[in-house]
Amino acid sequence: MDILKKNLLRTIADIEETPLGAYNIRENGKSVGRNTTSNIDIVTKNDKPGIDIFVKENTKNESVHIPVILTESGLSDMVYNDFHIGKNSDVIIVAGCGIHNSSCKTSRHDGIHTFYLEENSKVKYIEKHYGEGEGTGKNVLNPQTIVYLKDGASLEMETLQIRGVDSSIRETTGFLDNNTNFIVKEKILTHDNQMAKTIFNVSLNGENSSTKVTSRSIAQNDSSQEFISNIEGNSKCFGHVECDAIIMDNSKVTAIPKIVANNINANLIHEAAIGKIANDQLIKLMSLGLTEKQAEEHIINGFLL
Amino acid sequence: MLLQLKNISFNRDNKQILDNINLQIDNNQFVAITGPNGSGKSTLAKIIMGIEKPDSGKILFNGQDITNFTITQRAQIGLGFAFQQPVKFKGLTVKNLIDIAAGKDLKLGDACEFLSQVGLCAKEYINREVDSNLSGGELKRIEIAMLTAKNSKLTIFDEPEAGIDLWSFNSLIQVFKTLSENYRNSLLIISHQERILNIADTIILLSDGKVSKIGSKDEVLPNILGISPSCKFKKEVIK
Repeated sequence: MDILKKNLLRTIADIEETPLGAYNIRENGKSVGRNTTSNIDIVTKNDKPGIDIFVKENTKNESVHIPVILTESGLSDMVYNDFHIGKNSDVIIVAGCGIHNSSCKTSRHDGIHTFYLEENSKVKYIEKHYGEGEGTGKNVLNPQTIVYLKDGASLEMETLQIRGVDSSIRETTGFLDNNTNFIVKEKILTHDNQMAKTIFNVSLNGENSSTKVTSRSIAQNDSSQEFISNIEGNSKCFGHVECDAIIMDNSKVTAIPKIVANNINANLIHEAAIGKIANDQLIKLMSLGLTEKQAEEHIINGFLL
Repeated sequence: MLLQLKNISFNRDNKQILDNINLQIDNNQFVAITGPNGSGKSTLAKIIMGIEKPDSGKILFNGQDITNFTITQRAQIGLGFAFQQPVKFKGLTVKNLIDIAAGKDLKLGDACEFLSQVGLCAKEYINREVDSNLSGGELKRIEIAMLTAKNSKLTIFDEPEAGIDLWSFNSLIQVFKTLSENYRNSLLIISHQERILNIADTIILLSDGKVSKIGSKDEVLPNILGISPSCKFKKEVIK
């Protein structure tokens, strides 16, 4: 694997070559490396591009890495990955897509990840998106995540999109049964003329189901972002959505919150704040000896990382 | 002479906030500024730090004219400022801010020491974000810990007692003593609290934007309390 590909892998999955545990590395539309363990199996789909990942019951402290890298410009890659997580298991799944585009053609990756978590299983899912390259071609990423949580299951999802992605529409959907918990932490930085849109739809169907969606984003230059959330409380449940955005330069950010309580015992909260970096924050850090530029960098890095 | 203010005036919305202020602070001197609300105390503190610009007058620090220095430049040559209302930061932790204040990546033990001085258990606070999950009192103590870490030649505290409970107040007095006696720094504290005024070397009484009195606590406090120094009984009753 060449340095360019290694760099992409390191950025999106914190790995350089082959990771420990189960993995599937997809490069330019094809699987180029795979490992399974006695508890985790990875099977290529027959009817469409993508893989099924099967995690056996009671699997603990194991991880699955499924990074995707695109280095061929002009490639449009669509993949369906399904995760079947057995009862009482507790695993970490690291996904993500890195694009290196050195031409004027558009490179595009659309990943549809569906999680089926059986009773009392637990998943931490980390997804990073990154684009680079000296070409003028656009880097386009449209990840979709669909989550089904059965009784007692929980999924914590961290998504990170920092720089280099020209256009992204990220859609996350959750269906929660009794005693389930779905946590989403999203961080996005857009710049130049980039566009990022995120849509969250969470149905809190079960008793004592809960969700907390936190989105922190920074829009720089002429970029634009849109945040849409729709949380439905259909039983005794708790939902909290928090959207915080910093706007800079000529950027634009739209936040459209929707919380729907269909049950008297549903407790739903939405908080949204959009604004530039507060002047008193800059002054405070400058009074500690930082220049205005350094103060801004600290605030941005702290906010996103 | 560490700090010298020469003929500082500041006018806003046709109101004379500061009117020809002249004062000086020596090395290792503990100065308290007090006075009624609206007398211009906070504005004066902000002018010294460069947060506000005076309409006229000069500011000298160690003999150097810093009137046109930026906030950053003033911080770098040895001025520090503790805000009356501490600023919150989503994403920056207590450790991040103490490191920035110290100008280096501190060892955990050193950072903990600054928090202990303000009565906070470092283990509980060091990695917490300095946001609205912290109470006003906690934010205030963290603000003071930052200024201790910064270790400036002159630290300005704008009403440090605001939002501080009684227990923290004792720690606060100790922090001022540490900065003054151990680090041998100068302090300029804006305060209404008699216990703080009591430990100052010099008290400046500001009223209507003017220095109305400068002197030791024995000289200035009776003016503030409106009683004669000999009337100890009345003073106790007022306390």
